[in-house]
Amino acid sequence: MITEALLLSAILFVIGTFGVLVRRNAIIIFLAIELQLNAVNVALVAFSNLHGIDGQIFVFFVMTVAAAEAAVGLAIIISIFRHYETVDVNNFNFLKW
Amino acid sequence: MSPLIQGDGQPFGGGEYEPLVPGLILLLPLLGFLANGILALVHARASANAVREGGELDLGGRADRPSTHTWPTWIGPGVMGGAFFLTLVNFAGMFDAQLHEAVVISYWTWMATGTFAVEAAIQLDQLSMIMMMVVTGVGFLIHVFSVGYMRDDPGYPRYFAYLNLFVFFMLVLVMGASYPLMFVGWEGVGLCSYLLIGFWFGDREKSDAGKKAFIVNRIGDFGFLVAMFLLFVEFGTLDFVPIFEEAEALVYGGGLVTAITLFFFLGAAGKSAQMPLYVWLPDAMAGPTPVSALIHAATMVTAGVYLVARSSVLFALSPIGSATVACVGAITALFAATIALKQNDIKKVLAYSTVSQLGYMFVAVGVGAYAAGIFHLMTHAFFKALLFLGSGAVIHAMHEAYHQTHRQADPQDMRNMGGLRAHMPITWATMWIATLAIAGIWPFAGFFSKDEIIWQIAAFGGAEAAAFPILYTMVWVIALAAAVLTAFYMTRLMLMTFHGTNRTGEKESGYLNEAPATMWVPLAILAPLSLFGGWINVPEALQTSWAGLSGALPTTEWLHHWLEPITEQAHHIQEVNLGELGHTAPFGGGEVLWAFISTSAALLVVLAAVRVVGSEEIRDAASDESRLSGFGKLLLNKYYVDEIYDRFIVNTVRRKAEFFWKVVDVGIIDRFLNALGWVTKGVGWGVSMFQTGAVNTYAFVLTVGALIVLGLSVLT
Amino acid sequence: MTVLLETIGYSNWILHALVWLPVLGVAVVLGTEERKAKTVAFWCSVIVLGLSLGLWWAFDPTISGFQMESTATWIEAWGVNYSLGIDGISLFMVMLTTFSTSLAILGSFNYIRVRERAFYALMLLLEAGVVGVFVATDVFLFYVFFEITLIPMYFIVGVWGGERRIYAAIKFFLYTAFGSLLMLVGILYLFYQTKNILGFPSFAYGDFLGISLTEVEQLWLFAAFALAFSIKVPVFPLHTWLPDAHVEAPTPGSVILAAVLLKMGTYGFVRFLLPLFPLAAQHPVIVATMLMLGLIGIIYTALVAAVQPDAKKLVAYTSVAHMGFVVLGVFALNVNGLQGGLIVMISHGLSTGALFLLLGMLYERRHTRTIEEFGGIARVAPWFATAFVITALASIGVPGTSGFIGEFLALLGTFESHPVIAIFATLGVIFAAYYMLPMVQSVFFNELETPENREVKDLTGREITILAPLCALMIWIGWNPTPFLDRMELSVRAVIERVESAASTPQAFGETTGVYQPEEAD
Repeated sequence: MITEALLLSAILFVIGTFGVLVRRNAIIIFLAIELQLNAVNVALVAFSNLHGIDGQIFVFFVMTVAAAEAAVGLAIIISIFRHYETVDVNNFNFLKW
Repeated sequence: MSPLIQGDGQPFGGGEYEPLVPGLILLLPLLGFLANGILALVHARASANAVREGGELDLGGRADRPSTHTWPTWIGPGVMGGAFFLTLVNFAGMFDAQLHEAVVISYWTWMATGTFAVEAAIQLDQLSMIMMMVVTGVGFLIHVFSVGYMRDDPGYPRYFAYLNLFVFFMLVLVMGASYPLMFVGWEGVGLCSYLLIGFWFGDREKSDAGKKAFIVNRIGDFGFLVAMFLLFVEFGTLDFVPIFEEAEALVYGGGLVTAITLFFFLGAAGKSAQMPLYVWLPDAMAGPTPVSALIHAATMVTAGVYLVARSSVLFALSPIGSATVACVGAITALFAATIALKQNDIKKVLAYSTVSQLGYMFVAVGVGAYAAGIFHLMTHAFFKALLFLGSGAVIHAMHEAYHQTHRQADPQDMRNMGGLRAHMPITWATMWIATLAIAGIWPFAGFFSKDEIIWQIAAFGGAEAAAFPILYTMVWVIALAAAVLTAFYMTRLMLMTFHGTNRTGEKESGYLNEAPATMWVPLAILAPLSLFGGWINVPEALQTSWAGLSGALPTTEWLHHWLEPITEQAHHIQEVNLGELGHTAPFGGGEVLWAFISTSAALLVVLAAVRVVGSEEIRDAASDESRLSGFGKLLLNKYYVDEIYDRFIVNTVRRKAEFFWKVVDVGIIDRFLNALGWVTKGVGWGVSMFQTGAVNTYAFVLTVGALIVLGLSVLT
Repeated sequence: MTVLLETIGYSNWILHALVWLPVLGVAVVLGTEERKAKTVAFWCSVIVLGLSLGLWWAFDPTISGFQMESTATWIEAWGVNYSLGIDGISLFMVMLTTFSTSLAILGSFNYIRVRERAFYALMLLLEAGVVGVFVATDVFLFYVFFEITLIPMYFIVGVWGGERRIYAAIKFFLYTAFGSLLMLVGILYLFYQTKNILGFPSFAYGDFLGISLTEVEQLWLFAAFALAFSIKVPVFPLHTWLPDAHVEAPTPGSVILAAVLLKMGTYGFVRFLLPLFPLAAQHPVIVATMLMLGLIGIIYTALVAAVQPDAKKLVAYTSVAHMGFVVLGVFALNVNGLQGGLIVMISHGLSTGALFLLLGMLYERRHTRTIEEFGGIARVAPWFATAFVITALASIGVPGTSGFIGEFLALLGTFESHPVIAIFATLGVIFAAYYMLPMVQSVFFNELETPENREVKDLTGREITILAPLCALMIWIGWNPTPFLDRMELSVRAVIERVESAASTPQAFGETTGVYQPEEAD
């Protein structure tokens, strides 16, 4: 049972990572990050079966943070779009030095 | 505060000595300083406002002076009169009691650490009493003189504040019961000297002179400090009484005592303007003339002699130290006397004369004749103060004359004087007395004190186990030569100033007048002192001869006996180590014969000078600077010592300082630091290149990194 | 007086009050209007000063260790306590701090024209920090206060400073912070050693004293601490931040910097280096190095000072020279030297603080500090000149002023242990006259030529209020330093005895203490 759950989690995580790495659209990247988070959630739930309730509690934390992140992140993306009329991350490299 | 009297003041005859409020002797000048200082500050505020508005404060006529100018007239000399009176009373008490041990009165603990303690204590003994008499007595007269001399000066209250402060510190110097306290007075008088030399501080030259005096004096103070440290390490205390009690435990002629005496002498040379530190004293003439009389002739500059006499036990223990003192004194005496031959500024002549006479005093204390040194110090205080005050009266008159006719000329230049005898007879007469005294003509004061010194050199050099007999023969010859030169340059000064025809100017000569009473009365008091002052210490050998009018002169070596409690320990050390003193001069002859030779030589020189300098042509030729050549020019330019010092010392130090600042501090240390900063910044900048700003690069690196960590953890 | 203080339980709360009242003052100042800030801040500091004066009577000079101690747990897990105490060494540093803060605040009324509220709040914060440094008996607490002082000073220089203020502020901050970080490492090492030996975590100074260290450990720790404090003092060649900071800092900043911040360094020498690492402190190489650096500081910086065209920079360099005397006195390792060093610290605080105040007043009038531009000021501002001359004389150690007592004792102590170095250091008295008098002359004497100088106003009532107590103290200490020396004597003696006993009976410090045989020094 645990093996399958972890396998699912791993697959989801790899997909998410791949999405973050190769896609250029900020919203897609954002969705991919959400996918990674949820992959972790799956793993946490799976492990809570073995180690007790802590993992499930932690899932709620992750979901809360993810929700907050989504709110802030989407707001940033929208405001970037308003300024530059694009959400292609290759165009944004002004966060340096 | 009840004074704690240490030492039982045990008399060996007569009554018991009860010091009468000796603290008040110190306190009075201090109070005078405070009162005058406050007046000076109030007055300065008013005159500053006037200056800011572009003018000078109007002092008004003599009658309607502001109160800040009338009070110092009473306070300044008043406190001095009080101090002098108290000193006299105490002197009388000590005289009656024939005190044998010093009376030490402690007021409070000045500083005390765990291992070192100094009391704020005064020491009353024969030596400090003589010095107190000179300081307060001559000081009082000079204060009175200043009332007339400084009357129209806008800084009048400030002047008296400084002068009172000076007397306070001078009294601390001579009354202090320990070396540190003496040092307080020592630097304190130096400070007042600095303030008074630069009294007219608006003049750059004058305030330069003050600064120079202070800095050169500090070179001496360095020696004083080091000597104190050495003493402390050896004795664990710096109070006079215990040090001198235990001093004999030191090795005679040992390295330690020699070092102590040499460092002390460095201090003395600074304060008393001896070679090679004499250069500040001639410049110090920039101060008001009464200041030159008080500080730079009668009292402060003799502090070095007092120091050596006070430390007589230490100096007696060190033949090398004593010989150094004597030799430096002799060389200075001669060197300064030669410079005085060619100076045209009346105060400069007197300044070099002072340096020369101080040299004499050092010769005296260097040959163990401490009483003779103090004797000459005292007579010199009388006649040199008189000479300076007399020259002050002359300058005052000259200044007044030029002031009346609005002519810009140097009132101190003797080439502008001549024939003043007719205009100021009292000054003329009193100054001649002083001149004969300094020249060493019998029976004036200087004869007895100078003759005593010259004889003591011979006696010391001729002692059974004398350390360096040939050296002392040379010192003796030099002392004689300097005496002859003294007679010459002083006669020259008198002739150029008072005799011949007047060169002040036709219009000006009408305004030349005798000084007011406040100025000539002090002269008139000092004149008899210069005449008879030597009679208190007529040597035994002379007393019964012609020089003592076959025993008619009143005393026999009174000062010598008076100071015996101070000097006997040193004399004892001397006797033990050197044996009996000699009885003949280096080239034969006894004391009486050489006394006759020296006074007649001096008299001959005076007469010769009258002939040489007296004829107008020769004098004019001698004074025309451009026509001088060779040795005369060298003398006129004071052997170029100032220039040499500037070139080799002052400039070198300055260049070093510039080098340290611009090259070492800014160029090396700071550049290194800034370089460190730049390197850090550069590394940071280089590393920051990895921050591309592209989010996917970060994500990629992050992932790769995570994979590597994961891979490593799986593998191990 | 003593009875009165007892009835109000003075010694129980005074140290806390001295640390926290200024902090309260910060809040009050921030809460007032901009233009009233200076008055409020001044009165806050005066209250603190007034309270601190009671220490003079409440302090018991017969106790060598800390007194008025109190402690409260702060971070239990690490053994960090909020514990305060005072002894003969810190007593006068605390009083000097409260005293000079009041005067500095009063002295900045005209100088500080912008962001007054922030400025005065920072001044009070600085006061709290410095007092904290001197009264902390927990090393962690000490470190916190030590670092806290950097922050207000950084802003005071960086915001209200002169043209190169940013450079100076950053230099000051980085330089001193760098040193303190090394010290932090040292403190942590000591902490773990204490924990191992005592079995419980503690940062208490007393516990640090109780542990034994080998000579090698002591040398390393000494190096770390010494570097931190030497930068603060500053000791040659770590001094170059000081002239920059002084020149750029506003007057009150310079005053506090000279009067008390530098003292934190020398205080650290006495409080930490000697008692904690007695073997290292008397290692001949260390002693020789420190004495030589002190000596170089005295001679070298005096010469550098003599050629400065900027009066403020001149005084800044003289600070280094004065602190050289302190270093000599401390590493003379005897009672005279150490007491002398402490008196120099007080005297330097008074005289150099006063010099900076005076130069600040001059700057307010003439808007220049170049010595050449002045001349003849004494004619139009005689009281000003009088105050300046008195201060300058105290600064160069003329007898009858505080400067002499300190330098004399410090040199005397040095001479007892290292005569040759002391003789060379004594040359400093000549150079002191050489740098100070020409400056005094060029500024106050000579011809009154330029019209701007003719316009210079004399001291105002406020300025007299600032300078009169300073001058009075300089002269008072010069004539009667005994009350000061008495109060510090036992504490100083305890430090010296600790150092000496470490050499003679190493076993007293446990088996691990290296047996160290002192070789003939000098």
